[in-house]
Amino acid sequence: MTSRAQFEERFFGAFRWVVIAFLGLITLVPFYYMVLLSLKPIDALLLDPGRLWVSTKELTTTTYEEVLRPTSEGGQGFLTMLTNSALVSLATVALTLAAAVPGAYAISRLRFFGGRHVSTLFLAVYLFPATLLAVPLFVMFAKMGLQGSLVGLAIVYIAQTVPVSIYMMKNYFVTIPYSIEEAAAIDGCSRLQTVRKVVLPLAMPSIMATGLYIFMIAWNEFLFALLFLAAEPGKWTVSLGLQQLAGGIEVSKTVLMAGSVVLTLPVVLLFFLAERLLTEGLTSGADKG
Amino acid sequence: MTTRAHLSRRARGLPPGGRRPLTASGRENRAGLAFVTPTFVVVLVVVVLPILWTVLLAFQDAKLVDIQGMGLFGNWSLDNFDSVFASPGFWSSLVTTLVYTVGATVGSVLLGLTAALALRRPFRGRGILRGAMLLPYVAPVVAVAFVWEIALSPQFGIVNEWGRSLFGWDDPIAFLSTREYEVGLLGLHFDVPLALLTVIAFETWRYFPFAFLFLLARLQAVPDGLEEAATVDGATLTQRFRYVLLPQLMPVIALLCVLRFIMTFNKFDDVYLLTGGGAGTDVIAVRVYDFLTARYDVGAAAAQALVLAGILMVLLGIYFKFFAKKVQEES
Repeated sequence: MTSRAQFEERFFGAFRWVVIAFLGLITLVPFYYMVLLSLKPIDALLLDPGRLWVSTKELTTTTYEEVLRPTSEGGQGFLTMLTNSALVSLATVALTLAAAVPGAYAISRLRFFGGRHVSTLFLAVYLFPATLLAVPLFVMFAKMGLQGSLVGLAIVYIAQTVPVSIYMMKNYFVTIPYSIEEAAAIDGCSRLQTVRKVVLPLAMPSIMATGLYIFMIAWNEFLFALLFLAAEPGKWTVSLGLQQLAGGIEVSKTVLMAGSVVLTLPVVLLFFLAERLLTEGLTSGADKG
Repeated sequence: MTTRAHLSRRARGLPPGGRRPLTASGRENRAGLAFVTPTFVVVLVVVVLPILWTVLLAFQDAKLVDIQGMGLFGNWSLDNFDSVFASPGFWSSLVTTLVYTVGATVGSVLLGLTAALALRRPFRGRGILRGAMLLPYVAPVVAVAFVWEIALSPQFGIVNEWGRSLFGWDDPIAFLSTREYEVGLLGLHFDVPLALLTVIAFETWRYFPFAFLFLLARLQAVPDGLEEAATVDGATLTQRFRYVLLPQLMPVIALLCVLRFIMTFNKFDDVYLLTGGGAGTDVIAVRVYDFLTARYDVGAAAAQALVLAGILMVLLGIYFKFFAKKVQEES
């Protein structure tokens, strides 16, 4: 019996490191490969596709220049697209937070008619495929003339971000002691004042984390951008621009990878700056099952 | 009655007339409804109404061109559903969707569990690795899909290049465009749906960090005493996992499976970007998109999306009826 226990301890002790190495490989190598190809001339890639480094002699940044240069100067105009993506994402963050903060507060704090069902209803949104929402929204926006507009896109993204925002903030609101609110009420604050002056400042970390998460979802979104903006090259987001670039002729793979880096970098930087905040915001409440 | 109520109101120092003052719970009810209203209105406008409209559209002959002038209640018919069920490829596409969803869900939760167990105890560099492991989940799908596409390319992909030099592959393998790949194993030959497996692998890779995050958080909340007691009782590592950790993790695993199943079932972009729905990877979400953009047949697209949602709900209903309780009891 002891020998089996010892064997298992030793086996899994070693196996654990194999797993750790494997996980490091599968998560880091693809991103390393992306950056690597973006810095290579296309000839070097075609000549020796298996090489995992780039010599200083052939190191090039022309791919990035081509991707970022405006279309009027023969480039791919990714700077405009970065602006578009940033605008849509920021608008989505603002709109979603405005819609979700009061709702999350109500669900976590107040007992009201139908309150228990509301949170289920918001989660039920996930049951419906984005493609299902896409059909009517596509038609609705065509009717309202919002089809090729960034504002329209931001409105659509709310549907994608509200449920998760409510879930994240609700879990945080619950942890704020109720007595603080009672104290504020005794001091003569109305409910709205209490929320604005006491609860919101206390919940700031959670609101920040939720905002960042919304930003990431909006920045990475692809289907709705494709449906609503494909006909309007001036309004393309980076995701859409990159996909369209890949479909185009005569764009080398290295330029495509430079575009991928440009698309990925902002969101990854943001993530690493706020990693702790984000992961805690997302998983708080996970231990309750 | 009125006068008495009036009197007592005055006696309590309340202004005469007006409505009865709300009780504390009444006030809370009103505040709750007031606070939830903005959220509710937004969800109503961007989610509930569009879904209801989809239901209506699915029963009408709606082409994108003439939808502008169409009323909400045009000619109702079941034609769209007829053509959906009769259309070639619908049933096979449903099977593909199911295989893809189950494969990717199981894959991502299992890999996430393995990762959470491996990274459970602190070691040098754990924080950095943990951050790095979330990259596939955080990075934009368009970017990572292209990296996979290029890495797997038969012409200049690193996978085929290394496969040939390290494993002696005779010909480059077109991972994303091979419907059936013949594999010889112990003298037996059989076909594997290579493109579908590749797409499942991609989805597993992209979403295991999600499962990992939640499982790691849960693992770290398991009290140490439980395992110590089991160790003292002579339980081996696998026994401790089976009888101590797994029951603790079961509710989170069940929740993750349901969430991942729903999301993968409806997934569009991953498959669309990798294969365009070709080579045996024609999941229903991609078909809906094709109906909508290639044929501008809004009615058929809506009907198809509705069928998709219906199937999902039936599956979830079965799950909650027969399994959800069991998981609860086990934990």
